[in-house]
Amino acid sequence: MPINPNVFDRALLRRRRLRALALGAETFLLDRVAADLAERLGAVLRQFDVAVDLGTPTDAVRAMLAGNAAIGELFAASALPDADVIADEEALPFRDGSLDLVVSALALQFVNDLPGTLIQIRRALKPDGLFLAAMLGGDTLTELRQAFAAAEAEIEGGVSPHVAPFTDVREMGALLQRAGFALPVSDVERLTVRYSSPRVLMSELRRMGATNVLTERRRTPLRGTTLSRMAEVYAQRFADPDGKIRATFEIVWLSGWAPHQSQQKPLRPGSAQARLADALGTTETKLP
Amino acid sequence: MTTDRPASSVDPKLLEILVCPLTKGPLEYDREKQELISRSAKLAYPIRDGIPIMLPEEARKLD
Repeated sequence: MPINPNVFDRALLRRRRLRALALGAETFLLDRVAADLAERLGAVLRQFDVAVDLGTPTDAVRAMLAGNAAIGELFAASALPDADVIADEEALPFRDGSLDLVVSALALQFVNDLPGTLIQIRRALKPDGLFLAAMLGGDTLTELRQAFAAAEAEIEGGVSPHVAPFTDVREMGALLQRAGFALPVSDVERLTVRYSSPRVLMSELRRMGATNVLTERRRTPLRGTTLSRMAEVYAQRFADPDGKIRATFEIVWLSGWAPHQSQQKPLRPGSAQARLADALGTTETKLP
Repeated sequence: MTTDRPASSVDPKLLEILVCPLTKGPLEYDREKQELISRSAKLAYPIRDGIPIMLPEEARKLD
């Protein structure tokens, strides 16, 4: 069987996001992330002359950063019609060393080649330019994933992927480092959102443009009985005493700087000027 | 960005930072045709309502 390296159907993702806009986008998660992003950026005391908002599915980040004195020009680059430049996160159209800041909210989890995109971002940054992004992490919608798997196995005798394989946070720091970022930092935040039923959750995902865009998704409509069973399993396993169901969203934050000689670096091994034993007031013993 | 500009012209500051997404090579701005031309990729990227469409699948192939 040929291996399809493209986990995500990017053309379908664009259509889903346009549908979400048409439905009246549900943006509570994105609005929250955008507010956090502005706060994190506020802690960085620096001027960013040229900034790009990469792939964020609404204008949430632009709205939060509007009027921010630390940012000169902010261009939105995405596949959505209100962008300043239409671009695909997998093939960035930015000149090497042209940007002071790249921000992105809840977009990069749908990139097929995340290492490739990170390298392109790092190269587009000027030395000492900052990359700050939030994306959905591996535990996102874990309840939905489990409920779908149980219902499908039981009713149809097989399982197909319904929820994307999001990146594990533990891999992110290493990915940033491999992409050449200095001072890479990643941290994770878990949000539990409660819904009145799995159907309400799914309709909200539709309005987030976040329904299944996996290339290997099943192409036949889901059977009604499977969907009903999924809702039952979900309610049995993941409901609170008041009957509301829980859905986990894991937000992975990434930041890194394009390398610059002003940045802190570890010293060369063997370059110490004083003995550790002297500093600790102890005698040095040789290792066996 | 919400700066006022004529609907058909691209923000010059944006033009300064754009390159061909495939080759990262330079682009030439064809004001008449409203296209950004990448000689290295032999593609012309359209500009619609002042918005550059930097998607290879939307670009016109050059001979």
